[in-house]
Amino acid sequence: MTTATSPAVRPTGERRRIGSLVWHVGAILVLAVVLYPVIWVLGASFKPSKDIIASLDLLPGEPVWANFSGLADGISGISITSFFSNSLMYAGLAVVGVVLSSSLTAYAFAKIRFAGRNLLFTLMIGTLLLPYHVLLIPQYVLFRNLGYIDTLVPLVAGKFLATEAFFVFLMVQFMRGLPRELDEAAKLDGCGHLRTYWSIVLPLSRPAIITSAIFTFINAWNDFMGPLIYLNTPSKYTVSLGLMMFRDQEGISNYGSMIAMSLVALVPVIAFFMAFQRYLIDGMATSGLKG
Amino acid sequence: MTLVKEAPARPAEKRSAAPAAGRRGRRRENLAGYLFMSPWIAGFLLLTAGPMIASLYYAFTSYNLFTPPRWVGLDNFTTMFQDPRWQKSVQVTLKYVVVATPLKLLLALGVALLLAQKRRGQALYRAAFYMPSLIGASVSVGFVWRALFSDDAVVDRTQKIFGLDVGGWIGNPDYVLYSLVALSIWQFGAPMVIFLAGLKQVPQELYEAAEMDGAGPFRRFWNITLPMISPVLFFNVLLESIHAFQVFGSAYVVSDTRCGPADATLVYTCYLYQKGFKEAQMGFASAMAWTLVVAVALVTAVLFWSQKKWVHYEEAAK
Repeated sequence: MTTATSPAVRPTGERRRIGSLVWHVGAILVLAVVLYPVIWVLGASFKPSKDIIASLDLLPGEPVWANFSGLADGISGISITSFFSNSLMYAGLAVVGVVLSSSLTAYAFAKIRFAGRNLLFTLMIGTLLLPYHVLLIPQYVLFRNLGYIDTLVPLVAGKFLATEAFFVFLMVQFMRGLPRELDEAAKLDGCGHLRTYWSIVLPLSRPAIITSAIFTFINAWNDFMGPLIYLNTPSKYTVSLGLMMFRDQEGISNYGSMIAMSLVALVPVIAFFMAFQRYLIDGMATSGLKG
Repeated sequence: MTLVKEAPARPAEKRSAAPAAGRRGRRRENLAGYLFMSPWIAGFLLLTAGPMIASLYYAFTSYNLFTPPRWVGLDNFTTMFQDPRWQKSVQVTLKYVVVATPLKLLLALGVALLLAQKRRGQALYRAAFYMPSLIGASVSVGFVWRALFSDDAVVDRTQKIFGLDVGGWIGNPDYVLYSLVALSIWQFGAPMVIFLAGLKQVPQELYEAAEMDGAGPFRRFWNITLPMISPVLFFNVLLESIHAFQVFGSAYVVSDTRCGPADATLVYTCYLYQKGFKEAQMGFASAMAWTLVVAVALVTAVLFWSQKKWVHYEEAAK
């Protein structure tokens, strides 16, 4: 496993150099496999539709823009921007909801000593293990009875009500790590909990909040089952469902545009990832958060 | 559920609570606590606890959304157990969990060991390997997969070079599930990062001592690394298998919206979706959901029970 310490009698300098070479070859091989699909979609989006499946080349022979300009026509009379603005609305509301509700809840768990705190905390952790599917049907019935089918309400209500226990947990862990002296000093200075939360704990919890916000954005942007179940009108569709419309038409002539839109749909996620990967990876490592 | 050790209760906590203006202070703290977490309480009652009770009730009824639920006792469960498509979905899901989870974790561990060494460009590799875990859930990637694994496309042609001609995996009932397995393995970055965090905790002195005693790389891995990261391994096995039981999007997007040629990718949740939302059999679907909960709980319980045999905790050793 550890190529660096092979039991050799070679001089250490050479040994280290060979070890390093083997290491990089191994890492680059894995990297090639991991990045292949991403580079493939990048190349395919510039290929003529007929070449996308048939051509083995990773990059297009002669790049064409037709796939992207084809996107401007939209699909079934709905413009692509409509899907994107719907997704943006969903993801934006989700971020606001999760950050607000989870940080308030986490503050209570981490900083306020109230009766029943431990019991409620256990309950909250318990919801982490519960398969989501057991709630799917009754939640659907509930939102249907309330008349919220075909709106964003069912998709974001849970985010405003701190049901994403992962994020609450992440923030609790972080807030517990903040020096207690700070909020004690605030208390002595006459700050109430609201003030302490808003001016001291919340700003200091920025890393945990950013992690939660970015994960929430990406999860909402990628979400497929939620919109599939709750949205019916194509003009309200998110990007995921818009992509499905492309696919269900199954016109090979449109294959290029479908791949181009797939690429465009990945852009926000990849951009967020590149900008915040340190937070995301560390957040993942400390809490086992799922992407 | 966490790798982070809970902060021990500090003595300052007790000291500050005691003199806090007695009963009135405590009542104020209680009120503040419940006010702050009122969103969670509302969410828990409305969107978790309430629905759980409701779905437990639905599981024993016949309910099509349009007429009120009608109590049918255990009918949903007996029909379900005899339903060949349900049996198929259980088979498909188990196959997926059993094949995808170990392969993914093996790759994750292998790459984590690679990245645990100090080398140039390490952070960049780590980031690149992690990325699929975030974009893998996207419908876009599902399409990419469809294109890569379809007839006469990249994977098919590469196989032909090696003289293996099975056609595209997407249209072939014997292979299509493995394209989903490949998609799951591709997202090895999430468990890898957790392994990496675990590997960092292993004290270097142990390796130095073992090396002095003449232990080779394999012995060192087997006798030091593996026991030391077994809690992390346990956590990953638990998380990834629970996750694999609930796979949905890739089965729906990569194969086709009916979940596969000849039901080959009819994973459990896909059948649940079809029953509930296509056929409006909410009672049956709820029965399915509860069976899934029981299955996941059983797997969790077995894993927790088994950890006594193979998971090594520092505290226990002392």
